[in-house]
Amino acid sequence: MMQADLTSISWLSLAIWLPILSGVLVLLLGGDQKATLTRWLALAGSLVSFLVTVPLYTLFDVQDGFFQFEELFPWIPAFNIHYHLGIDGFSMPLVLLTSFTTVIVVLAAWEVITKHVAQYMAAFLIMSGIMIGVFTALDAMLYYVFWEAMLIPMFLVIGVWGGPNRVYATVKFFLYTLLGSLLMLVAFIYLYHQTGSFELADYYLLPLSMKAQIYIFIAFFMAFAVKIPMWPVHTWLPDAHVEAPTGGSVVLAAIALKLGGYSFLRFAMPIAPDASHYFSTAMIVLSLIAVVYIALVALVQTDMKKLIAYSSISHMGFVTLGFFMFGQLALEGAVVQMISHGFISSAMFLSVGVLYDRVHSREISAYGGVANKMPVFAGFAVLFAMANSGLPGTSGFVGEFMVILAAVKFNFWVGFFAATTLIFGAAYTLWMTKRVFFGDVANHHVAELTDLNKREFLILGILAILVIGFGVYPQPITEVMQATTGEFLKHMAISKLPVTGY
Amino acid sequence: MDNMQFDLLTLLPELVLLGMAMFILLLDLFILPQNRSIIYGLSQFTLFAAAFFTFKTHTPAVGFAFSHMFIDDTLSDVIKMMMYLGTSLIFVYSRKYLQDRNLYRGEFYAMVLFGLLGMMIMVSGHNLLTIYIGLELLSLCLYSLVAFDRDNPRASEAAMKYFVLGALASGMLLYGMSMIYGMTGSLDVSAIANSIMQQDKSPVLIMGLVFLVSGIAFKFGAVPFQMWVPDVYQGSPTPMTLLIGSVPKLAAFAMTVRLLVQGLHPLAQDWQDMLMLMAILSIIIGNFSAIVQTNLKRMLAYSTISHVGFIMFGMMSANANGFASSFFYISTYVLTSIAGFGIILLLSRQGFEAEEIDDLKGLNQRHPWFAFMMLIIMFSMAGIPPTIGFYAKFTVLQAAWQAGFTWQVVLAVLMAVIGAFYYLNIVRKMYFDAPVDHAPLTAPVDMRFVLSVHSLALLGLGLFPEILLSVCGRSLLMSLQ
Repeated sequence: MMQADLTSISWLSLAIWLPILSGVLVLLLGGDQKATLTRWLALAGSLVSFLVTVPLYTLFDVQDGFFQFEELFPWIPAFNIHYHLGIDGFSMPLVLLTSFTTVIVVLAAWEVITKHVAQYMAAFLIMSGIMIGVFTALDAMLYYVFWEAMLIPMFLVIGVWGGPNRVYATVKFFLYTLLGSLLMLVAFIYLYHQTGSFELADYYLLPLSMKAQIYIFIAFFMAFAVKIPMWPVHTWLPDAHVEAPTGGSVVLAAIALKLGGYSFLRFAMPIAPDASHYFSTAMIVLSLIAVVYIALVALVQTDMKKLIAYSSISHMGFVTLGFFMFGQLALEGAVVQMISHGFISSAMFLSVGVLYDRVHSREISAYGGVANKMPVFAGFAVLFAMANSGLPGTSGFVGEFMVILAAVKFNFWVGFFAATTLIFGAAYTLWMTKRVFFGDVANHHVAELTDLNKREFLILGILAILVIGFGVYPQPITEVMQATTGEFLKHMAISKLPVTGY
Repeated sequence: MDNMQFDLLTLLPELVLLGMAMFILLLDLFILPQNRSIIYGLSQFTLFAAAFFTFKTHTPAVGFAFSHMFIDDTLSDVIKMMMYLGTSLIFVYSRKYLQDRNLYRGEFYAMVLFGLLGMMIMVSGHNLLTIYIGLELLSLCLYSLVAFDRDNPRASEAAMKYFVLGALASGMLLYGMSMIYGMTGSLDVSAIANSIMQQDKSPVLIMGLVFLVSGIAFKFGAVPFQMWVPDVYQGSPTPMTLLIGSVPKLAAFAMTVRLLVQGLHPLAQDWQDMLMLMAILSIIIGNFSAIVQTNLKRMLAYSTISHVGFIMFGMMSANANGFASSFFYISTYVLTSIAGFGIILLLSRQGFEAEEIDDLKGLNQRHPWFAFMMLIIMFSMAGIPPTIGFYAKFTVLQAAWQAGFTWQVVLAVLMAVIGAFYYLNIVRKMYFDAPVDHAPLTAPVDMRFVLSVHSLALLGLGLFPEILLSVCGRSLLMSLQ
């Protein structure tokens, strides 16, 4: 009885609109004069928004490989567009990751952001709702609206609260993403005229010629590859990450990049399965370039945030690599990698944020011997660095190991190059850790450092528990997606080419 | 139909407007300057009354008057309603500006109302001459309105340019009409269509079409007839720019429907190509020129040219879907551009025009609320969801795609990214830069309120675009049957 009542609630709509409404509320009630009220309001909003996504996990039916929690209403009948929401094993963990990260971001901004507090908090709350919309939309137009709407708050976040070169970075970010998205819109227009609807399910069933599939795949690729980002369209990311405020970097790394990965699974691959197979070699090569080459680029960075940004690209290479090998293990590994990277990259950026708030420099050379002054913080930072380089027992290991295992089975050399990340990843992360944290105290800035306060300890502590928790026991993530992965691979194996010759 | 009384009843909104405009002109002679608000109130009342009568006399059936010279269908009624709304907003936004510059005179209101009358006649014209008369009435009012600030040399120059080029365009239009008359023997729009259907295509007819399309393109401001747009936009006092850039586009659209669709649809293949070329060129030239502008009004002028390109994108499809999408695009464009110029008017004050892009610097720190409004407006112009401007772009692109214009759609999409750049530039100045100007807003409460509701409507309509989409789509379909 209780169960029936709970499932009748529109959890997904709540997950989308609650953060957006609390963002508006923060904007209306908050302000720089009432900064404390604003912060508590934002925290309350983000916590409530997180709580309403928890039932998505507890009420989720792991046996069901199709969409759950569906909501369907006509939205724009003139174009047969629906307000259609639903989640499966791929999107559910990402929804939770989004709402959780928002809480972290609000906490991380607590005393750090003093300029336009209400606008900052509101931007992140609204962005959280919009991103959950992207993950849950099952109508292509609804999805597209959320996808592009996300650009507006992100543009402002980087531009208003970012670093010295923020304007260049944010405009670049916006235009890069917009270009890709508009080509995706063209693909949707094509599909709309083929099926007469924007319903994702109709697109899945639509037979398409190879030529059409190739064009559609390229259009989607432009949109998603920019977002993930894949080599060679990754150049906006280091700029955006470096200039964004800590919260912005966290959201970009933890969630925004996942939008691209998720969209490959939701749109590009199932709509154009034959083209996906056709392009799989190219995609694997691009992914490997990202994994190996970008890791080498990360090695030579002198800016901590830039290093983590490149490391993100390299890790996302694993995700696309996992997608395009079309195997259960590879796919699950890729999704686990997305979730785990969400925690680890957030933690890494937050750690840089802790240092930046005290010293106001992101240069590695400005530090040295931080561990002497901040032992607790150094403990956390080393843990996250280990996780980032894929140490067994941390969540970073699980996804990478699954993908590498699948890759070796798929082709030895693919596996070989993928495995180099364990060396390079460890090299750049640990080398940075060594230079920043160990050795003698480098200068008077470092000498004046104070260790973590309670708020910072809380944030990093939660993330550390999650990183170790999922590293030791990843089943909560893998279990929910098993059925979905099975259905996905079944779908991908069936050609959509029109049958000819009768 | 021969019943004169019935004819007059069909024209009731126009007659009300005519009577009131003349009354306002007369009344202004006997009114003291400090009581000018009466004129303002009366003008708003006139619009309301005209809207009332348009609504009251509306029937789903198509009505004709004066032996088919005048048509009253759903499309014309819907467009007229939009025009009343647009004009009313213009009155609200321009009042303070006019007061500050000693331009707050009765003639302004009378002239705008006469111009509106001209547009209404264009919208309802079912005969080449009716359309032409409406167009001339509108144009003459606009010319004199641009020169309204008599002692302003830039405005006079703009008026002169506008007049010379406008007269040339009118001449071309008239010349085209005369050729079509020569070939078909009629000035009536449906009679022309019937006649063309029964004869072979002749070069004279095509020449007539070319001149006609040129005239239309001039009124829209499409490339290669766009030269007047930037100069007139920049030179005119902002309320006049607001007027020129908004409501007349609706009239030009109606004129296009009457002439090209209802009259010359048998020649669709020919005008399709012309519109396509103009659309592509307008989008490219408009967007690239807008990037380098430092004057906000001039930038908006070039952006208008690119919007006109998108409008023609819908029309070049030459089917109901295409024209419905163009209509939707124009309605949203008019709404958005009135709001955009409204912000310029809001920020200007006595002795200060706020028309440079740099004048918007740091607006978020001065007036976060109106910075947010301008943000909505700019994203709507750039076509970023969830604002209404996105659906406008989407509808015309899908219509063009349906009609088979594949590479054109891809090109337009790429140009939309260029367009986004200069709109973003404004948002950037407002949000990321420090303010240079710290003067408080002097705008009256009613203007602030209306402008806020107006801008939020761009967002609200973006969340629920169905209302406007179906109004535009249905009214167009009803009149094309």
